[in-house]
Amino acid sequence: MRNQPKPDCKGRKFVKVFTILDKHGRKPSRLVPILQAVQEEYRYLPEEVLTYVATALDVSPARVFGVATFYSHFAIEPKGKHLVRLCDGTACHVKDSIPILDAIRKRLGLDEKHKTTPDMLFTVETVACLGACGLAPVLVVDEQVHGQMTPENGVKLIEAIIAQEQAQ
Amino acid sequence: MNNPTLKIMDPAMGNGGKIQRRVIVCAGTGCVANGAYKVIAAFNDQIAAAGISVTTEFKVEESQHDLRLNKSGCQGFCQMGPLVTVLPDEILYNKVKVEDVEEIVSQTLVGGKVVDRLLYVDPATKKHCKGINDIPFYQRQQRFVLKECGTIDPESIHEYLHHGGYAAAKKAFLKMSQEQIVQEITKSGLRGRGGGGFPTGRKWEAARAQKSAKKYVICNADEGDPGAFMNRSVMEGNPHSVLEGLMIAARAIGADETLIYVRTEYPLAVARMKRAVQDAQKMGFLGDNVFGSGQKLNCEVMEGAGAFVCGEETAMIASIEGQRGMPRPKPPFPAQSGLWGKPTIINNVETLAHVVRIINQGADTFRKLGSSASPGTKTFALTGHVANTGLIEVPFGTTLREVVLNIGGGITDRRGKVKADGFKAVQIGGPSGGCLTKDHLDLPLDYDSLRSVGAMVGSGGLVAMNQKTCMVNIARFFMDFTQRESCGKCVLCREGTRQMLSMLDDIIEGRATGETLVLLEKLAAAVQKGSLCGLGKTAPNPVLSTLRYFRAEYDAHVFHKYCPTGQCKALAKPSIDATKCKGCMACGKKCPVGAITGERKKPHVIDQAKCIVCGACADTCKLEAVVGV
Repeated sequence: MRNQPKPDCKGRKFVKVFTILDKHGRKPSRLVPILQAVQEEYRYLPEEVLTYVATALDVSPARVFGVATFYSHFAIEPKGKHLVRLCDGTACHVKDSIPILDAIRKRLGLDEKHKTTPDMLFTVETVACLGACGLAPVLVVDEQVHGQMTPENGVKLIEAIIAQEQAQ
Repeated sequence: MNNPTLKIMDPAMGNGGKIQRRVIVCAGTGCVANGAYKVIAAFNDQIAAAGISVTTEFKVEESQHDLRLNKSGCQGFCQMGPLVTVLPDEILYNKVKVEDVEEIVSQTLVGGKVVDRLLYVDPATKKHCKGINDIPFYQRQQRFVLKECGTIDPESIHEYLHHGGYAAAKKAFLKMSQEQIVQEITKSGLRGRGGGGFPTGRKWEAARAQKSAKKYVICNADEGDPGAFMNRSVMEGNPHSVLEGLMIAARAIGADETLIYVRTEYPLAVARMKRAVQDAQKMGFLGDNVFGSGQKLNCEVMEGAGAFVCGEETAMIASIEGQRGMPRPKPPFPAQSGLWGKPTIINNVETLAHVVRIINQGADTFRKLGSSASPGTKTFALTGHVANTGLIEVPFGTTLREVVLNIGGGITDRRGKVKADGFKAVQIGGPSGGCLTKDHLDLPLDYDSLRSVGAMVGSGGLVAMNQKTCMVNIARFFMDFTQRESCGKCVLCREGTRQMLSMLDDIIEGRATGETLVLLEKLAAAVQKGSLCGLGKTAPNPVLSTLRYFRAEYDAHVFHKYCPTGQCKALAKPSIDATKCKGCMACGKKCPVGAITGERKKPHVIDQAKCIVCGACADTCKLEAVVGV
């Protein structure tokens, strides 16, 4: 039975994981795409889901956690509703991307260690390179790419989201 | 000067020749970010409103429509996007907004006139350039890999076929033996475009000679080098050319399974590669009977998960096998024992795109460009402080001056203006590479001459930097990157890069002594020696090359506690050049802490005790009299 844990053993939310696992034939070699699909579903990798995935693939939880923590794309902490990613590739860096990050972090009261606001509204992170170097510096807010960014305009984008959230 | 490789050939008109007009909107990542999809939608509406019958689909047979509107992949001139090309007029409009579409439709498509205000203006001559043949950025390039990026619809396999697509793969599967293919590639002298520059023919021969029922070919599209986007653009602009090259590689070594490993940060490239694979499957180019040859070939697109080290061959294999992406020692080389222990070759996106042309046109044609040890062309991502940022393709051996000053249009200052004496350095090869200075402007860009000056071609990222860039800060930037991306397997890479980073932090924050520099160099040599893979072996390169060419800047930080560019805030000492200051008082008004004093028409002075090094004065001063910030 180790290979077939019941889909509802820890509540209904595992049903989707079950579908993902089946789609990938429950092969341990498919661990990276499986975790990608899980993260797309939950927006992060919840601990209990990782344990579940390990059981289903018949590998140790350490292996699954090892992979989940190795790749920067995977998050084991929940992310805020709005994801703000600043590109800090070389082109963006030489075009002064860091002052933009500083300005946004300051507006939201975040720093290097605290990436998500306590109200879970924003997560601010840097990304190595988005390949949109022609538009440097680049800020991505909820998958929308904003090029030739400045600290003032970055903060304006954040203010606009806050205003929108408050209106709702 | 007309560049023949850029001319739009007749077949490009497509749709059987009945359609006279084409409107092509660039839909690469850069242009999409600037609203290209909205522009396409506006064109669709406005063209229909003007009574012109329009289609978005490519068809080989005669079409009933007057105009074809399509999107293209990245055209390389990202900064000027969204780009709109009108054919056969060969007009290139840039920075087109939704509001401009009506004018283009009424003036150009209906009236046959050029809308001057949307043309590119050459900053050097102030001339309005009508199309790519007038724009120096394009004129000076020779585009082969990028040739069709920008004309064809990347999501139409039919249009790729119409351009002679899959002819090379067909030839490889039906008319050439495995040995013949490998021989042709070896003869072409093609070297891997991903960084190392290893001869592709030799790699293929090693895998071909292996006796194994199962072999794999992997396309390395994990372009992790920050500041480089050549592979992204090729995949977005002409995904079928990559797939075709991959098929030829598979045929050459006798593999029946292929895999394209794309970084997850490139969603558009992932989507277009997946679409290309699906369409090729539908056409029977992939599957159980490729081109009716009876041979089997499958292809899968896999997304990476954000680890730079996975660009290394053995780390990529580990990642595909569902493990942490950690490299292993070589030998055995992947060509002997790779994915699942089977012979595997891993080729870069651009390498595979070149393969198609070599099989089509022969090794001799390929060798006509470039230098004898580095034949062919190379794409570079030109970014940083240059007037024309974007994607370019030039023959190997082109000088740095030609690339940065002529194609790039010169170095810009912080306000974006071109400055004649602004050039400070170019960083080439990303975190594994090094910097080149003014003395290297006439150095031919190829594998061997770059290696001789302590730099490398790498994947082809070229970041230009102006006089306001602190080289110590740049070295720290790369060290921070490699330190974060080190997989942790080798102690010297894991701990050594971390220590090097903290020494660089000491330097830019004013805690360093002469001993720090000695230790930094010593540790750099140790990290190079004690690391298994390319990441660790090359991680100290940016530090070593800046130390070699900009020693004085390190000395200023360490011994004088002063950052000449003022980028390192802790060591910035802004001052006003009394010979330049006219006493206009503008800076004093901007200073948030009132640190600037002086009478009208007399040079001003900054009070160091009050100054918070915000740089507002330097931004305000039109005479550039404020220095050191």
